[in-house]
Amino acid sequence: MSTLSLNRRHPLDFVFAVLMVLAAGFAFSRYGAHMDYYEQGILAGVTTGLIWFGWFWPAMRWFLPAAGVLALIATAAYGNDLSRAQHAFLLKYLLASQSAVMWMCVLYVMSTITYWFGMLRRSETALGIASGMSWTAALAALTALLVRWYESYLIGADVGHIPVSNLYEVFILFCLITTLMYLYYEARFKARSMGAFVLLVISAAVGFILWYSLDRQAHEIQPLIPALQSWWMKIHVPANFIGYGAFSLAAMLGVAQLLVSRNVLATRLPTYETLGDVMYKAITVGFLFFTIATILGAAWAADAWGGYWSWDPKETWALIVWLNYAAWLHVRLVKGWRGNVLAWWAVVGLLVTTFAFIGVNMFLSGLHSYGGL
Amino acid sequence: MRFAVSLLAIVAIASIIGTVLKQGQQFIDYRIEFGDFWFGIFDPIGLFDVYHASWFLAILGFLMLSTSLCIYRHAPGMVKDIRSYREHAGRNSLRLMAHHAEVEGETVVDRQAAQEYLKRAGYRWRINDANGVWLLAAKKGSAQRLGYLFAHAAIVVICIGGLMDGNLPLKLREVVGNKKAETRDIPQSKVPPESRLGTGNLSFRGNVTLPEGAVGDVVFLSEGEGYFVQDLPFALRLKQFQVDYYSTGMPKRFASTIDVLDRKDGKIIKSGVVEVNKPLVVDGIAIYQSSFGDGGSALQFTAWDLGGGGESKLNATSKSTQNITLDGKPYTLEFGDLRVTNVENMGKPGSGDVPSGDTSTVAVNKVEQALASAQSVKSSRNLRNMGPSIQYKLRDQAGQAVEYLNYLSPFYADGATYLLAGVRKDITAQFQFIRVPLDSENKSDAYMRLRNVMLDPANYPEIARRTANKAFADGGFSSTRRDDFQSVTQAILQQFGHGGFTQIDKFIESKVPADKRAAVAQTYLKILQNATVDAMDVAQQKAGLPPLPMTAENYHFLMDSLVATSGFYEYGSPVFLQFDAFTEVKSSGFQLTRSPGEPVIFFGSILLVIGIFCMFYLREERVWLRIGDGHTLLSLAGNRRPAELDTTFAAHRNALLPAIPQGE
Ligand code: HEM
Repeated sequence: MSTLSLNRRHPLDFVFAVLMVLAAGFAFSRYGAHMDYYEQGILAGVTTGLIWFGWFWPAMRWFLPAAGVLALIATAAYGNDLSRAQHAFLLKYLLASQSAVMWMCVLYVMSTITYWFGMLRRSETALGIASGMSWTAALAALTALLVRWYESYLIGADVGHIPVSNLYEVFILFCLITTLMYLYYEARFKARSMGAFVLLVISAAVGFILWYSLDRQAHEIQPLIPALQSWWMKIHVPANFIGYGAFSLAAMLGVAQLLVSRNVLATRLPTYETLGDVMYKAITVGFLFFTIATILGAAWAADAWGGYWSWDPKETWALIVWLNYAAWLHVRLVKGWRGNVLAWWAVVGLLVTTFAFIGVNMFLSGLHSYGGL
Repeated sequence: MRFAVSLLAIVAIASIIGTVLKQGQQFIDYRIEFGDFWFGIFDPIGLFDVYHASWFLAILGFLMLSTSLCIYRHAPGMVKDIRSYREHAGRNSLRLMAHHAEVEGETVVDRQAAQEYLKRAGYRWRINDANGVWLLAAKKGSAQRLGYLFAHAAIVVICIGGLMDGNLPLKLREVVGNKKAETRDIPQSKVPPESRLGTGNLSFRGNVTLPEGAVGDVVFLSEGEGYFVQDLPFALRLKQFQVDYYSTGMPKRFASTIDVLDRKDGKIIKSGVVEVNKPLVVDGIAIYQSSFGDGGSALQFTAWDLGGGGESKLNATSKSTQNITLDGKPYTLEFGDLRVTNVENMGKPGSGDVPSGDTSTVAVNKVEQALASAQSVKSSRNLRNMGPSIQYKLRDQAGQAVEYLNYLSPFYADGATYLLAGVRKDITAQFQFIRVPLDSENKSDAYMRLRNVMLDPANYPEIARRTANKAFADGGFSSTRRDDFQSVTQAILQQFGHGGFTQIDKFIESKVPADKRAAVAQTYLKILQNATVDAMDVAQQKAGLPPLPMTAENYHFLMDSLVATSGFYEYGSPVFLQFDAFTEVKSSGFQLTRSPGEPVIFFGSILLVIGIFCMFYLREERVWLRIGDGHTLLSLAGNRRPAELDTTFAAHRNALLPAIPQGE
């Protein structure tokens, strides 16, 4: 946290902060009249959070503004007419949310392949390109979400909502968050070959997005049912996905660690200890945010259903996931366990998490009616 | 610790069971699903209500206890440790630390500058200057230890909150025997006191459903196979319930306008609107919108007697049962919920007209279609509001029931309008619909007129005569052929009047050799169709109305009438209840909770987040700078990972000690 003291700031940090404040001011001047106190609070909170984020991780100082600019270009190209998505060149091939999602999908798949190529050939160049593609894909994902947000309002003023309300939207969010977390650790630990594994789980998500969109038309923007019309949703869902993203990341590093312990790819991947370290870090981040998300979920449930805890399957599975990682952290911190057991456990943890995330929606019914497959 | 982890595992497994086995269903459903044997095992160990089973609560209690003990054991030491600067550390122990450096001389370090450096680096310190030794002991990030206390205390706090809101006290009173869940389905006022809970009950979560205009002052708490009646300190009146819809037919807003009344004098204490996500809190009791439905609406029907041809009016109330005599036999009519809007997804516009012959082009088309539609975020579904509907069961004396689903509004299809009359004989089956064709005024009267004429054998000679007249209008055939034709027409009408198309098929099967059946069936159908035209004329004439001009539409109408008439033979009811009108009364379901544990839970949650944050993101670090015995010694201890400590130590050493390294 000491990195945040003011006197150690780079001038660009202040430029970024001013930019964020200006952006918030712009948003407020334009939409302030439609915001209630909560939303104004959220705007202020988000602005502060983004400034902190940009200071904490300098790459965000260009990433966030870039996505913002792309989204603004898209909104300008729309000019209040949704059907322009089919005609305007820029929208049709690049910036309409669905086009951006398709670019995202393509880039992730290419990035995965390139990471593998780079790792197997020990080509730093290839790994660099792969990393760049992941950055671009993440940029496409963030832009897609922002543009989709705008598009939802073009469909109807009462339809508009933040795009974290169904399984399709949160999968894009999942890709975005997992990538960003990974890219952070990649730079911090200078360990690019991890991407080969992490991108696998993202590619799986991409596969799901494509199937869900092409086969099930899940990409269509639906209005919010009453239960979802709550500002808790805006923070509960993203917090949850930071958790899911971090746990997936940890599991993939667990896989890598297990391979290294069997001398597979051992010379191409980061050391066993580094992988374990990053895995631990990811789980601590995930655990913190998952805890917050669960609490926010309880607060929301208290508003919507009349009880903060109803032992609804989704809630119960969230508790199981939470207990699982609490136990993981206990054996590491209290018992001092290290090594393959924890790696296996992280991998199993992903299965549990995936079930909580998708399986519950598929197989169990409950109050969490949204996002059924 | 190991024990605690195994308990956690049990909690997790129990929770999994709880999600896989649907909880809190009707017990009778469980009995059916699992059979008596497994039910007899599952029920006593509480698998149908895992989260309230005694053993589950006991485990939670135990976890709470062991966590408290853990805190109790560790807390004093930790607090001491957190507060201590360890300014009495001896030279030897400092030199044993993995990160230390010692240089000769006592004046190599500017003590003031060192303190300033440490201040900038975020440390706090204490100086122990005694016996010729100057020892600066600094630390930062001690709150990491606090994190442990916070996180674990939070677990205990959350469990306490949960217990406050749980039904433990009620369970105890059930065990002692002074409370017992009511299992009979009786009016609320008749529920005996041992199944009622007073307004003094500290925590509850119960439900009540009120029709518009009604007042309620209790809620129902379900408990195993029965329920308890919880008296409320106030009464609740539902003034109005409203559902708003999006243009897609999805519900947008559920809102109940309610009054909260004083129980004694009926004065209004508070009025307000309760919506999903917007509860209303009165007296510490939160009122939530939890469901909605039909509150018993007035319904009007025209009962068309499918046998004798009479018609009569019938008034009924949805969600109620009434007796009715049909054909001299007693039946009960069991009405379900009135549904005012029925938005159906009719699929994508234009879908379904994909050519079916060449599969490869279809596949390509599908991919193209999918890609094209993946472009647009706007839904292109073809939604249709089918209008109000009512579902009811007609139960005969033997207890056999057939289920019906009738729509009020005309249904448009293929350029004609119909009334949809749905029927199913098996609850799990889909409804089969009879399309009752409507005349140009969207009424069923013309169809019913035709039907009555076609089912009355007294009319057959006249119809057959007219049909034969037309068939032989241009002469050319002998009169014997004509007589044959007329009697065949009568026979066909007779068969149709006995059982529709099925009966005609049977008739052909019994009379005609197999190789000729198809041709004969064709001829018969043609004759029947022609006879229907004449039957309509007869019907019009009898009603004193002009004949229908034989336009394409009217011909279509007559053919539809044939199909509908034939369909009614499978209807299983002697009457068709045509749904004419209704006056809607809605009902709204509320959940009322009093949960004193909620603030405790959220306090615990905040503690938990702070605790976890401190544990993972604060790092304890201690630095000692010891000047004495002719040496200057710098030591660093901390629980970051070694690599990070190395960097930190290198930085401190650079800043605090002279450049030339010695010793080590
Ligand atoms: C929220 C995340 C949690 C973290 C990071 C955490 C961390 C720790 C740590 C570091 C210890 C060792 C204390 C020591 O020996 O100095 C510990 C012990 C323990 N924790 Fe947790 N804990 C967490 C949550 C929980 C939960 C949810 C429970 C149980 C419901 C729990 C129950 C215990 C128990 C029973 C011990 C053993 C105490 C003993 O051996 O005396 N903790 N935990």
